Amino acid sequence: MKQLVILSGKGGTGKTSLAAAFAHLAHESPVPIEAVLADADVDAANLGLVLRPERLETHDFTGGSLAVIDPLLCQGCGICEQVCRFNAVLLPSPSGRGAGACTERRRSGEGYRVDPVACEGCAACVYQCPEEAIRMEPQTAGQWYRSESRYGPLFHAELKPAQENSGKLVTLVKQQARLAALDGEYPLLIVDGPPGIGCPVISAVSGADLALVVTEPTVAGIHDMQRILETTAHFRVPTLVCVNKADIYPEGTRQIEAFCRKRGLKFVGRIPFDETVTLAMMNGEPVTAFRPKSPASRQMVAVWQNLVIALAIQPIPSK
Amino acid sequence: MKIILSTASPSLDSDIDPRFGRGAYLLVVDIESLKWEAHPNPGVNASGGAGIRAAQFVTDQKAEAVLSGDFGPHAFAALQAASVSMYVYGDCRTAREAVERFKAGNLERVGAATRGECDGGHHGQA
Amino acid sequence: MILAVASGKGGTGKTTVAASLAISLADGQCSAPPLFLDCDVEAPNAHLFLHPEFDEQREVSLLVPTVDEARCTHCGKCAEVCQYHAIAVLGKKTLVFPQLCHGCGSCTALCPERAISETPSRMGVIERGPARDGILFARGVLDVGQPMAVPVIRQLKKWAVPQPGQVVVRDAPPGTSCPVVEAMRGADYVVLVTEPTPFGLHDLRLAVQGGRELNIPVGVIINRDGSGDVGVDEFCAAEGLPVLMRVPFERTIAEGFARGQTLIEIHPEYAERFRQLFADIVGRVSQ
Repeated sequence: MKQLVILSGKGGTGKTSLAAAFAHLAHESPVPIEAVLADADVDAANLGLVLRPERLETHDFTGGSLAVIDPLLCQGCGICEQVCRFNAVLLPSPSGRGAGACTERRRSGEGYRVDPVACEGCAACVYQCPEEAIRMEPQTAGQWYRSESRYGPLFHAELKPAQENSGKLVTLVKQQARLAALDGEYPLLIVDGPPGIGCPVISAVSGADLALVVTEPTVAGIHDMQRILETTAHFRVPTLVCVNKADIYPEGTRQIEAFCRKRGLKFVGRIPFDETVTLAMMNGEPVTAFRPKSPASRQMVAVWQNLVIALAIQPIPSK
Repeated sequence: MKIILSTASPSLDSDIDPRFGRGAYLLVVDIESLKWEAHPNPGVNASGGAGIRAAQFVTDQKAEAVLSGDFGPHAFAALQAASVSMYVYGDCRTAREAVERFKAGNLERVGAATRGECDGGHHGQA
Repeated sequence: MILAVASGKGGTGKTTVAASLAISLADGQCSAPPLFLDCDVEAPNAHLFLHPEFDEQREVSLLVPTVDEARCTHCGKCAEVCQYHAIAVLGKKTLVFPQLCHGCGSCTALCPERAISETPSRMGVIERGPARDGILFARGVLDVGQPMAVPVIRQLKKWAVPQPGQVVVRDAPPGTSCPVVEAMRGADYVVLVTEPTPFGLHDLRLAVQGGRELNIPVGVIINRDGSGDVGVDEFCAAEGLPVLMRVPFERTIAEGFARGQTLIEIHPEYAERFRQLFADIVGRVSQ
C-alpha cells in the first residue's frame, strides 16, 4: 500500500481540487487503482464538498482537557493565576476576590475562573492549588467521519473552531484511513494535506511514500513552496512538484522549474488556470469528471500519470 | 522472558495492532510458558506522546522486548533509554504467530525509529 | 485600533488585503503609518509585498525541563503531572521530549527533589524593521520541523507593540485553529477575506465561529467576486455580517498579485477604497 500526501505550503493552490481529481482518475483507470482517501485539513475540510460522500460513521474526538475551577472549593488565594503561563486564569471581579468574598458571588462567575480559549490543559494549576479546587475536563474538540464516496472510502474530520490538537486529529484520520487501506488491501492512500508547515502538516507527512507539492507561480507561492520542500526534506519524504494556475505568471513557472532542476526535484506538470475548476467545485464533482477535456483536466491527467509511475503502484486486477 | 505486543483484542489469538502507542491493547507474554495478560493501552487516549506513555507501561512491567508495527521517534527513544529491544511484526497476523516467530528468531529487530512523528496538540507558553 | 485579517480557507487574498490596507493607511492622513504584523509564522508572505528591511531579530524559544540526574530519584512525579508525556521515567533514566513540551513549568515546580531546571529550546525567530511607505513591519518565522506556531505568534505580539494611536494590521494564517485564534486575540475587529465558492463559504462559517468565540466583531471582504455563486452573500445576509468590500474577479489582479503587487499598485483607486473601509470599521467598533 502506498501513501501519497498532497501539500503546498501556501493555502489555496489547489490541493483539494487535485486530490479529488486523482481520486476520480484512480477509480477510472483502465485497470482501476482502488484508493482510500483522507482529508487531513481538519481546520477547513473541503474534500467532502467535491466528493459528496455518504457518511457512514461519526465519532467524537477528544482533544485535550481544560481546567475548571470549582467556585465552592476555591478560597481565592490566586496561586492558579500566578502559576499559569498562558494567561488563562481570569481574575475575579472586585466583589469576587479574596477569602472573604462570599461563595454566592464566586458561584455566579465572579471568582477566579479559567478562560477556556486560552487554557492549554497543562494542569499546572490543578497540581498546585492548595484546596484541590481545580479539575481537568476532557473536551470534545471535534468529530471524525468514515464515509463512502463514488471513488472510494473517505476519512475526514472537522475540528471545532479555536481548538488545538489539530495534529492529533490529523493523525487519527490518517491512522483510520491507513488501517482501512491495509484491511481492504487497497494499493493507494491519498492524503489531502493542510497548508503551512507546522504540526498538522508534520502529522500529514508522517508515513508518506511520496509527497506532491502543488504550488502556484506567484511570489508568495514560490516562497512557501521552498518552506514546504524544506519540511518534506527534513522528514525525508520523496517529493515531486507541480504548478497550478501556471499561466498567470509564466515567469514564475519558469522560476519554479529552474528551482526544481537545481535541487534535483522532479517537476511533474503545469496545470493552466481554468475556470472549469471552480465550476466543477460548485457542481460537487472533481473537474476531471465534470469536464474531462478542459485544459486543467488534461494536465491533471498528465500529473496523475507521473504519480502512478513514481508510486510504482501495483493495481489489483478486478476482484 | 517477558515481552509485550500491541494487539487489537485482549487475547493471544487476537489480531496484531500495528500501532505501538495507540493500539487497543498491550499484551504481556511470558514466552516460555505462554502465560499472557492483556491491558488496555494507556497511550490510547493520550493527547500527544502516546508512544511515550506506552513505553512507560513497558518499563513498569519490566518487559525486555516489544513487538509492534512501528515505533515513532519518541517511543523509540524512550524504549531505547530503558534498554528494551524492539521488533516489527512484518506480515504476522496474530499475536500468537508473532510470539512464535520471535522465539524462532524470525522477527526483524529495529535499530531506529520506523516513522516520523507529530501527534499531539501543542502550543507552549506565552 | 488592532485589525486582524483572516480567512478560514487559504488563498483567498488575506495577505493582499492586509498589505493593501496597510499601504492605504500609510499616506500621512492617520497619525502614524501602521504597524504590520505578519502572524502567518509557518509560511510568512507579507514581506514580498511590503519589502521590509529587518534591523532587529530575536530567537523565540520555549523553556523546557532539564533533569539533574544526580538529584533525580526516578520517583516519576514529573511524568505523572505532565499532560503531554514530554517527560518520562523509563527504568533508571528520565527523558525529556522537547517537541511535546508546552513550557508550562509544572514538572519543574512539582519535582520533590528540585532536580529539574528550565532551559530555552529554540523554535523560531521574530524580527522587525521599516518597510515601504513608513510602515513598521514585524513578523515571526517558525523553524522548519518545529510543530508549534502559537508561541511564536504570542511572542511576536508581545514584542512588536504599537505607538500610542498607531493602527495595527495583523495578517493571520489560514485555517481556524489555534494559530489563527492567537492572531485574532486582542484585536478590535476581524476582517474575513473569502471567495464566493462552496470551499470559501464552508471555511468562512468556521472562521466566523472562531471570531465569535473571542467576542470580536467580524466583517467580510469578498474577493474574486463574480467567479462563483451567491452562497457567501446569502450567508452574510442571514448572519448579519457586513460585506465591507467586494473585489471583482479579474485576471489582471491575479497576475499582478503573482508578481508581488498589492491591489494599490494594480488599481490605485483601491487606496481610497481601503481608507473608506477603515473608516467604516472604526465607526462600527465605536458603537
